[in-house]
Amino acid sequence: MIPFDFEYYRPDSISQAVDLFMSLTRQAKKPMYYGGGTEIISMARANNIYTGGVIDIKGIPECNKFGYEGTDLVIGAATTLTKISDSNLFPMLGITVARIADHTIQGKITLGGNITGTIMYREASLPLLIADCRLSIAGPGGTREALLSQVFDRRIRLEEGEFITHFIIDSHITSLPFFHRKATKIDKIDYPLITVVALKKDNRILVGFSGLCDFPFRSLEMEDSLNQPGISKKDRIQNAMAYIPAPIVEDIHGSAMYRRFVLENILSDALEL
Amino acid sequence: MIQIRDISTIELDINGEKRKVTVRAADTLLHTLREQLGLTGAKAGCENGDCGACTVLVDGWPIKSCLMLAVEAVGHSVTTIEGLKNAPTQKAFFENWGFQCGYCTSGFIMNCHALATIHPGADDDTIADWLQSNICRCTSYEEIANAVKQVLKKDI
Amino acid sequence: MKIVGKTVPRKEGLDKVTGAAKYNDDIREPVAIVVADTEYQAQQAAYLINVEYEPLPVVRTPSQAIEEGAPLIHENLGHYGKEIDDVYPVPGTNIADHTKIRKGNMDKGWEESDVVVEGEYFMPKSDHIAMETRNVRVKIDPTGKVRVYSSTQSPHAIKAELALAFNLDEGDIIVTAPLVGGGFGGKAPVNLEFIAYIASRAVGGRLVRLANTREEDIATSPTKIGIEAKIKLGATKDGILKAAELRYLVDAGAYSDTAPRMAKTMASNGTGPYNIENVWCDSICLYTNNTYSTSFRGFGNIAHTFCMERTLDKLAKALNMSPFELRLKNAIGPGHTSATQVKITRSSVGDLEKCLHRLNELIDMERSLRVEEAKDKIIAKGMSCFWKTSASNTDAISGAILTFNKDGSINLICGVMEIGSGVKTGLAQILAERMNMEVDKIHVQMEVNTESSPKHWKTVASMSTFMAGRAVLAAADDAIRQLKDIGAMVMRVDPSQLEVGGQKVYMKSDPDNYVQFKDIVHGFKHQGGGNAVGGQIIGKGTYIMENLTILDLDTGKGRMGPAWTVGVQAVEVEYNTKEHTYKLLKAATVLDAGRVINPQAAKGVVMGGMSMGLSLGSREAFIYGRDGGILNSSLRTYKVMRFGEHPDYLVEFIETPAQNGPYGARGFGEHGILGMPAALANALSRATGLELDQVPINPELIWKMKTEALS
Repeated sequence: MIPFDFEYYRPDSISQAVDLFMSLTRQAKKPMYYGGGTEIISMARANNIYTGGVIDIKGIPECNKFGYEGTDLVIGAATTLTKISDSNLFPMLGITVARIADHTIQGKITLGGNITGTIMYREASLPLLIADCRLSIAGPGGTREALLSQVFDRRIRLEEGEFITHFIIDSHITSLPFFHRKATKIDKIDYPLITVVALKKDNRILVGFSGLCDFPFRSLEMEDSLNQPGISKKDRIQNAMAYIPAPIVEDIHGSAMYRRFVLENILSDALEL
Repeated sequence: MIQIRDISTIELDINGEKRKVTVRAADTLLHTLREQLGLTGAKAGCENGDCGACTVLVDGWPIKSCLMLAVEAVGHSVTTIEGLKNAPTQKAFFENWGFQCGYCTSGFIMNCHALATIHPGADDDTIADWLQSNICRCTSYEEIANAVKQVLKKDI
Repeated sequence: MKIVGKTVPRKEGLDKVTGAAKYNDDIREPVAIVVADTEYQAQQAAYLINVEYEPLPVVRTPSQAIEEGAPLIHENLGHYGKEIDDVYPVPGTNIADHTKIRKGNMDKGWEESDVVVEGEYFMPKSDHIAMETRNVRVKIDPTGKVRVYSSTQSPHAIKAELALAFNLDEGDIIVTAPLVGGGFGGKAPVNLEFIAYIASRAVGGRLVRLANTREEDIATSPTKIGIEAKIKLGATKDGILKAAELRYLVDAGAYSDTAPRMAKTMASNGTGPYNIENVWCDSICLYTNNTYSTSFRGFGNIAHTFCMERTLDKLAKALNMSPFELRLKNAIGPGHTSATQVKITRSSVGDLEKCLHRLNELIDMERSLRVEEAKDKIIAKGMSCFWKTSASNTDAISGAILTFNKDGSINLICGVMEIGSGVKTGLAQILAERMNMEVDKIHVQMEVNTESSPKHWKTVASMSTFMAGRAVLAAADDAIRQLKDIGAMVMRVDPSQLEVGGQKVYMKSDPDNYVQFKDIVHGFKHQGGGNAVGGQIIGKGTYIMENLTILDLDTGKGRMGPAWTVGVQAVEVEYNTKEHTYKLLKAATVLDAGRVINPQAAKGVVMGGMSMGLSLGSREAFIYGRDGGILNSSLRTYKVMRFGEHPDYLVEFIETPAQNGPYGARGFGEHGILGMPAALANALSRATGLELDQVPINPELIWKMKTEALS
């Protein structure tokens, strides 16, 4: 039971959505764009967030794009994880999102929602980060395109009133060899202890991490270490560990030391790619 | 554009019937089904999307109704356990002792029913992937696995 | 301090009525009640209440609680007034009860032992996780009748405890209880009913609904006990057990509820189903600041089984003997005595040896206990025996009423709750068997109502089939006597010449000569004149526990339950030596059921118990933060087994009748859980080469112990 009231809007166009956001902001309603809504509903029930108005983007055509446009794979922000994994258009993303929450919820969580959420894992961002994905962003200033890496620093950072309408992926990326491993404390259905997604491109391994620090990330320094020629796999992994960008998470799912152990094992397999 | 600002009356398509309900925008579909429509087959086990006891079908796909606003269901068709009448999955759960206290059962049955409809040839991995969305605390799950396999084999 | 609303006096002694904040964090003890028209309004209002807490020193574990000078949880302990006969709190301490077992001569036992092994064990507090959270509705009629609708295992106990707490007449309290969405012991205590009654009273008796969220259900409603234990066993070089010294510290939490009874159960059954002549046990139940404990499937028997069975594996290792052989050699049987000095008979204990042999056929426990299957992969097996009898009140009662419909079918009315075990189906089958009629013609009253359903103590202790089954048989006999009497009048013969079957009363000498139930159960109307005889038939039957005694304070001598149910379990795991992860491959149970009433239900309830036991062994525990709060109070973070994680289950039954059970049946609704944590820990200890003496056993624990062993 959500203990507070809010207004609900399901606009039909980008401009309607942006206008609503601005007007609700003027009314001090702290509006939120709403995708699958799973996180907003569960956080609201626990009174951990407040909003006076949600703007459901599922009615906006651009947010529901899903398919090829020329050489680009375009995935609308309101596309559900189930649709992505069932389609197999981008296996690295499909396999990653098929391990988020559980199958039923994957039918409600949207790609945009997972990536812009507040829970620290946001595993869907890993394949997109290493695939050098581009975003189409709508906002009060019109629509713009940006590289994910330009707006992503531990989390997505957009301007006030902006939202992602769709993701654009170079289609040749979708057929490259990749690696995905999600390690959990013990249950398959759980937050990750560590999730690693890796991609082999131009003979170089690109890696994204979730669960290791309290934000998902791709580290070029770690990638350099992992790809350093002429030294043993073990040393490459140890060198990469030195560049973990923040303290390793220590929580009810596992200690930092244990996460290191798990990470070493996973990287050892990932480097076989 | 669909919008509601205050407590409002909306029309939902529930088990093939048009039903008018009065809701807050913040009301979940689960709450509306149970408290407004008297459809108590969907159960609240966690209201957090973890247990699956509230699973219903929206446009034929399983959805945890605790993580969906009632107003989000406008324009979609909702099926609850009350909308299934002697479906093969129901019979299979009964025959395989697939439930004990019964509280998780309607959620499991809705999920299995969708699975059998969408993936009639589902392999063991797909079955597990789908059914891991629900928690049963009474059975060992083996009984439920037997029920699902019976339905998929159309041995019913 | 500004208090809005009225304070409610707390009745000391009945130590669960809301009032005094004995817990150390902010969410476990209800301190105020808000009543509103809707749930969200009540929630909004509740957020406006600020409670200021004065932090007090925290007692987190039973070993802290027993320390000299530990902060006292109950300063008035011993002065609450006596509610329970055989619980002996020690004033000035945190000891809620101390059960002693003194059997035989320990000096002699150690002297006769060639090998002595010891172990220390820990099992954490954890939760029931019934899929339906606890919930209740209460209203008070203008006439003063209190109507309670509750998801409960104990409707009759609610009536008694509300009457006691609020000085009401029991007859003014009517408790209705529907099908319950799982209980596992967690819905046996009276909990939310107190609060809901106060709330309804505060709003002029209006209907008030109180339902736990999952988070509240986990963190604030009663939980499973936690234990710390120390076990020492002595045996001859041939593996004959000679001495057992058992010490249990039981975490009751802030209130005692049934924790002292569970501590007593652990003492009385602590040897497991083995013959040991010299036993010394101290089972001490302690108050801590944790959420209070109540009955959980197994009622303490999981805990002592874990400790004993882990120690037996250590002993087998020391003796270089197979774990199977060690258990077989010491299996309890006729002529032995229990730790509480009860004479063991075949009827009272069943046949553990038969169970062991059958298990060995399902999973070979003498050979290939640890196999290196492939690089990084080890397959290993572990086993555990178990036994359990009820620890019910010595005067626990049950009852059954049979009424008849005009079509000759029967209504079976009793106070047993259906919580998922299929008990009511079993009772209908027992009745059908005695009445020699089709079970489909028996209608079971599913909803219990304390005004009209005869009292059944509580739906706990795996005793419902046993107790209510006996009552049903008595009721059937009562009805049969009446049916024969009226049949005799109609057929003009002596009742002794009649038999009942197929919803007819017929002549033994000529079954074709009969009168149908439908023509006599509401009285027999003579054709022609229409005058009638007989009246309606109502069968009644009751049962009261026989020959149970409370345990002697100094020696523990006494009989806690009517009969044991014994069995044996095994688990096979696949262990990954590189990642320290493991998979559950197989789990087996062979149990002496006495008599299986409903094979499918029996197998289901045992498998369900096994699943829960594996869940306890592998993943379930409360995790406490620095400030003492429970960090995993949602199903997102408190994990239970899910589909696909389950092993292959093998379940079989041995049938050695209990002479006092209905058709020889023994209780076993809980028993599937009992040896699972132990069997899992034994398998994983064998696989890893570690002594895994605590649960839950997750990969991080194995990794940590492996790492520590290396350094």
